[in-house]
Amino acid sequence: MIEAFVSFAPGWARDHAAPLAVAIPMLCSTLGVFLPNGRLAWFLSILATGASLLMALVLMGLVQNEGIVSYAMGGWEPPAGIEFRIDALNAMIILLVTAIAFLAAVFSWPTVNAEIREEKQNLFYSAYLVCVTGLVGVSSTGDAFNLFVFLEISSIATYVLVALGARRDRRALPAAFNYLVMGTLGATFYVIGVGFLFAATGTLNMNDFSQMIPQLTDSRTVQAGFAFIIVGLGLKAAMWPLHQWLPGAYNYAPSFVTTFLAATATKVALYALIRYLFTVFKPDFSFELASFGLIFMPLAAAAMLVCSFQAVFQSDVRRTLAYSSVAQVGYMLLGVSLATAAGLTAGLFHLVNHALMKGGLFMAVAGVVLTYQGTRVYDFAGLGRSAPWTMTAFAICALSLIGVPLTAGFQSKIALLAAVFANGWWWAAALIVFSSVLAVLYMGRILEAVFFQAPANPRKQRKEAPLLLLIPLWILALANIWIGIDPAPVFDLADDASAAVFTTGGAR
Amino acid sequence: MNSDHHVILRVVSKLLIPLITIFAFYVHFHGEYSPGGGFQAGVIFAVGIILYALIFGVPSALRLVPAGFARGLAATGVLLYAGVGVWALFGGGNYLEYNALFEEPEGGHAAQHTGIILIELGVLFGVAGSMLTIFYAFAGRVAEISDEDW
Amino acid sequence: MLEIIAARGNYWIIIALMMTGLYITFEANNLIKRLVGLSVFQTSVFLFYITLSKVAGGTAPILMGGDIKKKAKHAGEEAGAAAGGQGEAAGAGTGLENVYSNPLPHVLILTAIVVGVSTLAVGLALVVRIREAYGTIESDEVRAIDIDVALAEEMDAPAREGAQ
Repeated sequence: MIEAFVSFAPGWARDHAAPLAVAIPMLCSTLGVFLPNGRLAWFLSILATGASLLMALVLMGLVQNEGIVSYAMGGWEPPAGIEFRIDALNAMIILLVTAIAFLAAVFSWPTVNAEIREEKQNLFYSAYLVCVTGLVGVSSTGDAFNLFVFLEISSIATYVLVALGARRDRRALPAAFNYLVMGTLGATFYVIGVGFLFAATGTLNMNDFSQMIPQLTDSRTVQAGFAFIIVGLGLKAAMWPLHQWLPGAYNYAPSFVTTFLAATATKVALYALIRYLFTVFKPDFSFELASFGLIFMPLAAAAMLVCSFQAVFQSDVRRTLAYSSVAQVGYMLLGVSLATAAGLTAGLFHLVNHALMKGGLFMAVAGVVLTYQGTRVYDFAGLGRSAPWTMTAFAICALSLIGVPLTAGFQSKIALLAAVFANGWWWAAALIVFSSVLAVLYMGRILEAVFFQAPANPRKQRKEAPLLLLIPLWILALANIWIGIDPAPVFDLADDASAAVFTTGGAR
Repeated sequence: MNSDHHVILRVVSKLLIPLITIFAFYVHFHGEYSPGGGFQAGVIFAVGIILYALIFGVPSALRLVPAGFARGLAATGVLLYAGVGVWALFGGGNYLEYNALFEEPEGGHAAQHTGIILIELGVLFGVAGSMLTIFYAFAGRVAEISDEDW
Repeated sequence: MLEIIAARGNYWIIIALMMTGLYITFEANNLIKRLVGLSVFQTSVFLFYITLSKVAGGTAPILMGGDIKKKAKHAGEEAGAAAGGQGEAAGAGTGLENVYSNPLPHVLILTAIVVGVSTLAVGLALVVRIREAYGTIESDEVRAIDIDVALAEEMDAPAREGAQ
């Protein structure tokens, strides 16, 4: 399907898809400043993210047909110049980010119109497009320092977007401030790490790193750089226990922002982490192997347990989902910490599925916020009767999060279990099952309120979320079911991605 | 602002501000092959306006350079920068490849010079615009904010 | 021993600044002070990069003396090498008369400074807004206010449910 799409793409799109996927949202974000009202800015952001999505599809096709796409910015050849380097791994991530960005942009208008003041709406969309620019940029670039710049572009836009939730709840402000402090610390740690690697190798190109570092594995400089980079990116990816910024930020941000962030921001940081763990450094370095066993695996396990428990005791639906997000990052990290191709595939597969289900869940919550103004569990009581379409989609995504058969979550958990058993970590398998039981508890509590309790407030009338919101929501919900029935297309993408980082190694 | 006590400041700054502005453009147009460039020029340019705001008050600075204009300036800068990149695509080059901006005889560097000057102009606009926007955001806040106003 | 310590003077300064910054960021209650700490922390990293770029005996990376004429002949390619930046010391192996420091970290740090300034501006704007919303910029007071409000809501919730 994607191959056919590529053959239709004009030559310029095929030649320049990589920079255009980043440049189109960037150009449009500046245009948004000049637009007179939010509705036009909304159209513009749909166009921009849609064009970016098309470019991502072209890139995906190119990668599948021809292998790695390398693009020299400004004609300066790498390693001296900045390189955009797309292989199967980041093609998948770019596709995910732009697809979610497009769906989120489509559904955004009703909630943005309700939650953001009118004269700021065009600037809001500008900030959103800047955030998309940064996230796609992080996923495309092959330059370590350029990655930092894009990471901060997206993060700074994110702080602003989160803080705009202050109109509904002033607690958004301290949440955004904490996010800013933690995020900046994370980014700075990353820069320190890159500085160490630069001192040791004299290059900033990731591909160059991967060729030089094997000769330098005993160097303390490289090892220190590795440690700093892992901590920095771990902070951005909400790796337990560095996740403290996440619940607050997700809880108080405007609901559209939460939807977008939950499905993309931590995923992109996790991609960067995987890129460093598997491409720049190789899993066979002794110090990195030790870090898998001694750091990632215990942290992943702790995230799955502790944050699932915390999710059970939250009274706010968005906070429950936020803690569950940290727990789900734990699943992905567990897959990564296996350091096998199967484990990485399972982690990436879960990454995509989690983006789909969390995006769907938060979209449904956004619909509830829009029509009923409440996000506490008792606000959800009886909604199954008054908003059946919204809540059915919510339930599908929730079941997927739990991992019920015929949903995407089931497939990725099966893949993860298979990978874990292949390594002989039976206790990790027990942990996955136990954490899923906790997911049954925290999602079941909400679903019970939605479908089996009387409405908390009888004055609330039957009110469905607007159609504009329902369509993207159902696209995500049906995607969950589709992957649950036929996991092959997405699983193959994840498999290609992990094969790309495992087989290509240093010799390219 | 009590103007009587600031006669010297006002007179001196009236002399200085045009010089600062000209110096900003000097730094910009020499940034191509000597120290300087759009970033420094943008900061210097914005400092000229900020000095004006400090001496003559923020309201008169806002009349001179409205906040919306500063914001638009910043956006224009980024637009110019990214636009040059796209222009290079139309010329058949890679993104931001200055040599492809327009046809020129073998060995010529006119396209490269143009590219750098334009890019740096984008940086100048962007930096000056954002400096002023940040300044206004903090300095202009006291009197006119309502709690809703963000 | 003393020589080892003295030879790495720049690192000691960087480490001291870094730890000071981190400590302030975590320890300070005042939100402005936390931002100050964050800035000190970031600045220590800038310093780290800048000291990396120093080549012993190297001068500022601006061509001078006989190097200018050599460069003028093939300005095109050379400008590419300078702008793209190899990690090697600029003076080494490029046939230049003078030794120059590596310009690349300076360029990187210029970018990083811009990022830092933007973060600082957003952070300060948030502090202004927090001050307006809460009337304080002490993080423990903000937290206390939040907890009070949340508790009041919690008390309110069962009452609302019971009322139906």
